[in-house]
Amino acid sequence: MSTSPVAVRGPDRNPRAGVVVGPIGLAWRPRLIAVTVVALAAALVLLVVSIGVGSVALTPVDVVRALTGGGTDLQRLIVLQLRLPRALTGALVGLVLGIAGALTQTFTRNPLATPDVIGVTSGASAGAVAAIVLGGGTYSVSTLLLGGGIPVAATLGALIAAALVYGLGWRGGVESYRLILVGIGVGSVLTAITSYLLVRAQISEAQQATVWLVGSLSGASWPSLWPLLAVASVAVPLSIATSTALGLSQLGDETAVGVGLSIQRHRLTVIALAVVLTAAAVAAAGPVGFVAFVVPQVALRVAATSRPPIVLSGLVGTALVLAADLAGRTVFPGEVPVGLVTTVVGAPYLIWLLVRHRKELVS
Amino acid sequence: MTTTTLPALEARGLRLAYDGRTVFAGLDLRIEPGSVTTLVGANGSGKSTLLKALGRILKPSAGEVLLEGEPIARLATKEVARRLALLPQSPSAPPGMSVRDLVLRGRNPHQTWARPWSPDDAAVVDRALEATGLTDVADRDVAALSGGQRQRVWIALVVAQEAATLLLDEPTTFLDLTHQLDVLRLVRRINRESGSTVVMVLHDLSLAARYSDRLVVLHGGGVVADGPPAEVITPATLELAFGLRARVIPDPVTGTPLVVPEDD
Repeated sequence: MSTSPVAVRGPDRNPRAGVVVGPIGLAWRPRLIAVTVVALAAALVLLVVSIGVGSVALTPVDVVRALTGGGTDLQRLIVLQLRLPRALTGALVGLVLGIAGALTQTFTRNPLATPDVIGVTSGASAGAVAAIVLGGGTYSVSTLLLGGGIPVAATLGALIAAALVYGLGWRGGVESYRLILVGIGVGSVLTAITSYLLVRAQISEAQQATVWLVGSLSGASWPSLWPLLAVASVAVPLSIATSTALGLSQLGDETAVGVGLSIQRHRLTVIALAVVLTAAAVAAAGPVGFVAFVVPQVALRVAATSRPPIVLSGLVGTALVLAADLAGRTVFPGEVPVGLVTTVVGAPYLIWLLVRHRKELVS
Repeated sequence: MTTTTLPALEARGLRLAYDGRTVFAGLDLRIEPGSVTTLVGANGSGKSTLLKALGRILKPSAGEVLLEGEPIARLATKEVARRLALLPQSPSAPPGMSVRDLVLRGRNPHQTWARPWSPDDAAVVDRALEATGLTDVADRDVAALSGGQRQRVWIALVVAQEAATLLLDEPTTFLDLTHQLDVLRLVRRINRESGSTVVMVLHDLSLAARYSDRLVVLHGGGVVADGPPAEVITPATLELAFGLRARVIPDPVTGTPLVVPEDD
């Protein structure tokens, strides 16, 4: 494989310089590369620390030794069976939610358009609560929903919500603002359904549902991790592959078509990826709030790019969820679910963004 | 006029609806290669609608558009983009995108997905920036530029696309007279120097007459006048297409028709 040298070294936003390796050619963006490497390092450190913290404290060295097959039997049991599934679930939930948010925010050209906002997460929640609440009742749907448990119900809910939003927003094509408005509407209806189910539920079921609705990693296990891992291993590379098309869609529909993008196919691809990624995350950990919304905006700002970079958004998501879970387990007495921590961090950020970037959000 | 060369663009029996209203019922139009054609007409006459259909943004409900003799609807959109570039009305760039970064996106039709950058692309972008006089602001944020500069950035994107035919939808909107002239001179230079075919929509008739080889006047769902500006811009046409009572005098500088509205 031939390697051409870097043409000219230039500042970050200067794609005059680039790298060509075989069939791949990319503009040289040192700042983006640097922050991505830092985010990857942070995510890995948090993963190791997260595994080490618990009733039996392990040093990072112990953790790495156990992960690589060394250490005592007890250490390997704690690391591999008890803590690794939770840490990996957190890492993957953050990764896929960060990417899902970057995808939808970019193609709608609107930072408000995340799976949380356009109803996908509400759909997953309604599905999961239905499975919990109706599961104990006499409804015939209960057997269907309970057959696959909460994850299947949550995934179904997310897919139905997305289909509704896309279907109702369709008018010879889908426009961003209509998608957001329809999404907010559909989301409100689904939230109302969730509330109705909670009101009707037995106290114990309502409690279980409420805990689930906050978003928590405490139930993570190897069996609950596998579906998420499977989805991520397919959908994450596909999402990265949409980067070029996302860069074109930033110019607006007509210009994007003008330079050769099949806009409707691109939209369907991006929505499908975002929905699948979100559904997998919610099925594994519940609706961990604000990650899909906040993370891409943070990535955008630290990388100083014109859109949230996909890989960086994923890594920042991983770091945020792992850090939030760690904080939830250590800072407060008892355990605070990860979704509560991300929401407490995310909500003020939303307000700050609305105040600071009013013009951006409107345009 | 008979010609043996294949038209750059051709509309055949085009039926176009916009917002449920039929704008054209069966329009025919041939665009000769290497010419500058400007579509003019009153508001709502369907200039932009027609341009959108020529650029495959709007699907006709009947009839077809041929690009260099081939039905545009049957060509892959990327293939079309190699031959036809379009500049929509008031396009907008996201904050944080540099001029060079934006213009590079014009190279997309010539790229594979794994290679959104190559030294060739960088060279073409450099030339496009030079041709549009943007070399000095190449690394600035597009959103931070003045209206006139920003319009040149979008024209640079279209130039970088290296397509034989350019469609420009009101490229001078929101610009002061100096910058309108600046844009139209640039368009004419591109046409002269690289032989590109240009089809654009303009509002200012005198400017359209100055910078076009041919004017197509649209009114009432069809073409009411079509030809060289001196033949097309007449008091009768202006009355019919715009409901405007005006005199037409030769432009003292270029000799092209100049529209002078009558006093009330």
